[in-house]
This record gives sequence, structure tokens and C-alpha cells, in this order.
Amino acid sequence: MTLARTLLLTGTAGLGILCLVPLALFLALPENQALFWIGNILARALIYGIIALSLTFLATYGGFVSLAQMMVAGIAGYVLAMTVQGAVPVIIGGFGYPMAILMALLASVLAGLAVGAIAVRTNDIYLLMITLALAVGFYRFVESNIDLFNGYEGIRNVLGPDILGRRFRDPMVFYTIASGTALLLYLGVLFLVRTPFGLALQGIRDNPRRISALGYNVVLHRIVAFGIAGFIAGCGGVLATIYNIGISPGSIGLGATINLLIMSVVGGLGHPVGAFVGSLIFAIFDTFAASLYDRDRFNSLIGAVFLVIVLISPDGALGLSRRLGRLLRGKPKPGAPPA
Amino acid sequence: MFRGLMTRSTAALLAVTASAALAAPTLAQQGGTIRIGSIKTLEGPFATGGQDAVRALTMAFEEVNFTVAGKKIEWVRESSNAQADVALARARKLIEQDQVDIIIGPLSGAEGMALRDYSRTLTGKTIVNGQSAAADTTLRDVSPNFFRFNGDGMQWIAGLGTYAYQKMNARHVALVGGDYAFPYAQVFGFMQEFCKLGGKVTKLWSPLGTTDFASTIASIPKNADTVLVIHGGTDALAFLTQYAQAGGQQPLIAGPVTVDQVVMSARGPHRRLLNNLISAGPIVDDSDDPTWKAFVASYKKRFPDGFAAPSINAVHYYIAAKAVIMALEQVKGDLSNNQQAFQAALAKLEVPTPMGGKVRLDDNRQAIASNFIRRVVDRNGQLFTTQVERFDNVTQTFGMPRAEFLALGSPSRDNPSCPPQ
Repeated sequence: MTLARTLLLTGTAGLGILCLVPLALFLALPENQALFWIGNILARALIYGIIALSLTFLATYGGFVSLAQMMVAGIAGYVLAMTVQGAVPVIIGGFGYPMAILMALLASVLAGLAVGAIAVRTNDIYLLMITLALAVGFYRFVESNIDLFNGYEGIRNVLGPDILGRRFRDPMVFYTIASGTALLLYLGVLFLVRTPFGLALQGIRDNPRRISALGYNVVLHRIVAFGIAGFIAGCGGVLATIYNIGISPGSIGLGATINLLIMSVVGGLGHPVGAFVGSLIFAIFDTFAASLYDRDRFNSLIGAVFLVIVLISPDGALGLSRRLGRLLRGKPKPGAPPA
Repeated sequence: MFRGLMTRSTAALLAVTASAALAAPTLAQQGGTIRIGSIKTLEGPFATGGQDAVRALTMAFEEVNFTVAGKKIEWVRESSNAQADVALARARKLIEQDQVDIIIGPLSGAEGMALRDYSRTLTGKTIVNGQSAAADTTLRDVSPNFFRFNGDGMQWIAGLGTYAYQKMNARHVALVGGDYAFPYAQVFGFMQEFCKLGGKVTKLWSPLGTTDFASTIASIPKNADTVLVIHGGTDALAFLTQYAQAGGQQPLIAGPVTVDQVVMSARGPHRRLLNNLISAGPIVDDSDDPTWKAFVASYKKRFPDGFAAPSINAVHYYIAAKAVIMALEQVKGDLSNNQQAFQAALAKLEVPTPMGGKVRLDDNRQAIASNFIRRVVDRNGQLFTTQVERFDNVTQTFGMPRAEFLALGSPSRDNPSCPPQ
């Protein structure tokens, strides 16, 4: 199957799912319930799925588990909140949404490159530690800097631009934009990993020395991969900031950083779609655990569910569905999982 | 590749629909039910306060046996972690998914601002604040659907500036506080009184969550005659411990959240500083008021594992729940017509408080409440606060016309300012 054909088919399938799910919700539930699901579960899953996608991209194709992706998303969110007209309090202000979003994305790419450059010599647990240190350092910096980031309170009232006369945060408008962005980025990742750059990246993951001997610049490839992941995380950060009507240090703190890792791991690091599966599972349980189980102890339920998923399927929900599929078809275990 | 994706997507789709069916509440709303949602912090830094809020709400609802005006109260409990975006997600879930009529909450300042903004986008729903105390929530950009029956950070410190100047002869106060809006509001309230009388103030800010106060303690001016501590929770504990260890000799006074059971029940060198400490705040643990005695007795009977005395969180959530119940009784449980009658009743309400006073609302639906000057006393090794002075009818604007008060500007780290020469 050629690359173009794969992308076309995946794109159509993704578009179909993203359109059919809301339709199914409208058929199955009363209107306000369906809107709640679309606006608060699906949209949230897509936003955090995008940020998780940046982590999954790095982990799956480069072998880099970076904990700094929430920080990069936060940098985009903060640049948007600081520059856009109407945010409270005014830090820089005065820019319209298109310009502010552009600057936010640029900042996230630069931040991604910077993280990549700082972490370029580390791997595995050391990479995890250095990116964790960056994330916590940035969180503390933002929290204690009043003049630039308004400290603990954060910056509020980032409502998003009006789209064709409708409010950005209208559930259907927001869902459409979030799902469009998610689909484009997802296809972008699928495309990228089949380009020479993506193949070299996977080569670096498997054997950096050999790739280096073949004449590739390993350092440059790594840094660029972090820059691309920064762009993906930045898109998610911009959407998350508009979704939350603003940004505060709590949105990018240690808790948020760990949640992102949980989403990626629960979904499965084998394929980019795992990011979205994981964030959907996370959004559903985070919202409804308190209704399903004792309200004082619902965090135990969330923890237990994630533990069970990871225990019975080390490669997350994706691996689980793959295993189930194999079991149903009665196929023998294949030699290696598809990359 | 394509088929693999389809299987996965089908699985995801199935999961979505299955959980949709699972989670959809019983939609057949009985005519005789009123749904009340609550948001408090059962996670994060204020989790113990959130627990106490649950105790207070349980008490308030059990007192009326979960019925008001012949209708059943259905209570949907939600928890946040003191972060604005989490509180917002929970409020949306309560309103849109659980379809509650009224929300009681949230607990902390940034959450309060977020829910105030959210309440403005709603029609026919009411949010009654739990205990969040940022001043601007009901001072600037107010929302018609947001009611607050507790004072804000400024009101909670009312009287302390005057007391420090007149009774303790303080002329130059060095204040230490967390670098964010809630302490700013308290400092604003203190300085309103203290600077007007002619006092001078040196401010020493440190970020929320500071553990090492050595540099702050070293910067306290030698000629300051009193130190005002505005920190809360673990920050307060860290500051007081280190101040005691550094041999600090200047007398201390404290803000409303510095002297609470978190600090008073902890062991350590700071206890030497706590005895006889003067502070301001909206509740007094060891009040002689009979209403308070009865409230404490029923709290301890219902929750033997609770605190030694109900906390500030319990008192404020209790008042909020009482207000909701009283207003519902007045309108006979009628929430029709976008809750207009109910909201009008809430706005005119006079709610008796466990402290033996009454609280009512101003035009911005903000409480006019009592405040106290308190002294810490040691009762058999357990520390409590006792009442020194009581101020009734403290308004959000300290008795000034609102326009004049607003012209003073928002509280910030530099506003107001009256440094020593």
C-alpha cells in the first residue's frame, strides 16, 4: 500500500469516526447530555490526546520518553494568554488571536528544540530525569513570577476568537476545531515517520551508532524531532488554554505532567492512536469515577483501572485490543509487533 | 494497517457508547426532587478542609432530613484539588450531566473566580459560594447567579489594623505573606485601617509553598515593632518554626488562616510563639456563645473523628447550605421561572450563623458578616482561639461607598503602600 493511499484511508476513517461519534451521541442521549459528552469528554480527550501525541511520537519513533511535553504545551498556553487581547490581567496584550496563536506555536517549537538540545546527550531514565527537572523548574518559575505570569493565580479570560459568528467555546465549534486539528496532526505524524527523516529517526531509536556511521547527524535529528513534538504539544496547549478559559501553574504542574504520561501509557506507546485512546479513557474515568464509586474514594478506582490495564497489557489499551483481536481470530502470535 | 485501525476505532467507539449508557443519570426527574451539587477540595493542599466541609454539609442536610418544603434533596458530591480548571470541569459536570439546580462551592480563591465566570454563562442555575474568599469575585465583574455568604479575605482581617495600632501600640509593622491574591486582599484590609491611623508597613513576600524562610527572617527590619504573619497552612508552620528557631523576638500578630488547627495541632518550637498570639478572623474556636456551643456539640456527636472544633471551612459551608435551605423553604421549593423567586429570596435572606450572629447580602450578593479579634489560649496542651473583640456588619468595602473603594484599585503586592521613611 502506498503512503498516499494509507493516509487517505486513515484520514477518511478518522474523519468518519470523529463525525459518527457525536451523531451516535445525539441519537442515544438527550440533546444537553450529548452536548456535555461532546464538549466536555470528547473535546477534552482530543486536546489532551494532542499533547499526549507529542509524547507518543517521541517515545514510539525516537525512543525518547520526555516528561517536558506538558511544559512545552504550557509555554504555548502562556504565550497565548500573555499576548492576546482581552486576557486578565494584561501582561503584554494587544494582539489578535491569529497573531497570538502564531506566536504561541512558534514559542512551543523553540521550547521543544531547547528541550531537545538540553537533553541531547541523555537516554532512558536520565532523559526522564532531565525532562522532569525542566518541567518542575518551569512550573516553579511560572508560579513564583508575578510580573510575567501572574504567579499562582495564572492568567484568565482567554475565550478564543469567534468563528463564523459563533463562540469558539460553543461545544460543537470547539469539537470541530479540536477534532480537525487532532486529525491533521495525527496524519502528519503518520506521514512524517515514513519520510527519510522519520526512517532515520527510527534508525536512531534502534541503533544510533550505526545511523551515525551511515553519515546521519544524530544530534540534529534528535533536536528536530523534539521541535516537531513541541509544535504538536503547542497546538494542544493553545486549545487547552482556550478550553480552560485561561492558564495557571496548576495546569502544567507535576500532576498534569504525570497525567499526560498515564494517558500515553494507558493508551499504549506502540502507535500514535494510543495517545487519543488513552486520553479518552482518562477523560471518561476522571469525569465519571465519582458517580460510579464512593465519592470520597474515587481516586482509588481511577488508579485501579489504570493499574489493571497496564498489568494485563503492558502495551496499554491498544495492545489489549490487538491481543483480543488475535484471540478471536485464533491467530498465532506474530514475531514482532508492527512499529 | 487500515483494518487494524478500524478494529481499534470500533473498540473505542463501543467503549464510548457503553460508558455513555452506563453514566447517563436517571433522567426521569421526579417532580418532588431538588438536586444540589457540592464542590470542595477532597484532593490537594486543602483536602482536610474539604473533608470538614463535607461534614458540615452532611449536618445541614440531615437537620432537615434531606427534605425541604415537602421535596426531597438529592445531594451530588464532587471534589476538586484547589485548581481553577478542575473546579470548572466539576461544575460543568454537575450542571450539564447531573443537572443539579444549585451548586454549593468552591473552597479556594482561584476556583471561586472561575466558577463566578462560569455562573455568568448559565440561566436558571445558582452557585452559592462555599468559602472561597478572593475579593474581586464579588467586587468587580460580578455575576447575577453567584451568591457569597462568607466574607472575603479583607473582611476576615477587619479590626486587626486598629487593634494593633491602638491596643498594641504598633507603629511599624513588617508583614510576611504569600505572593498571591488572597494574602494581597488580607494585607489590603489590614493596611486600610493601620495606614490611615499613621502606621508604617514593610512588606516581605514569598511564593506559595516556600519551605526556607531564612532570607525572609533576615530581612525583617530591626526597627519594626511587630511582625504580621499572613501565611497559611504549611507555609505558616514553616515560617513560625524557623522564626522560633532563629530566636525571633519581635511580637507577632496573625491573619485569619495563619491560626488554624493545622498550625495549632502541630508540635514543635513554634508553639512558644503561638501562646497568646493575637489574630483576626471570622470564627472563634472557643466562643462562649450558646449557639456556637450547641453547634460544636452536635458536630462532635455526629463526627467523633472530626477536628477538636469545627474548622472555618465547616462553618462557611454550613452557612451556605443553611442559606440554600432557608431560601428554598421561603419559595416552597419553587425553582421554576429560571429560579427567579429563589434567587430573590436568597438575596434578601438573613442567615443565622453558628457564631451566634447573622449574615446578610449586599447589592453584589456579597456577605455583610461579623469578624473577630482572637487570642490563642492553651487548654491542657490543646490550643484554641478565644474572642477578644467582635465587629458586626463588616462590609466588603469597609463602610466606604463602593465607587470610592473601587477607586483604591485592586489589591496587589504594591497596592496599598505606606513604607517607613
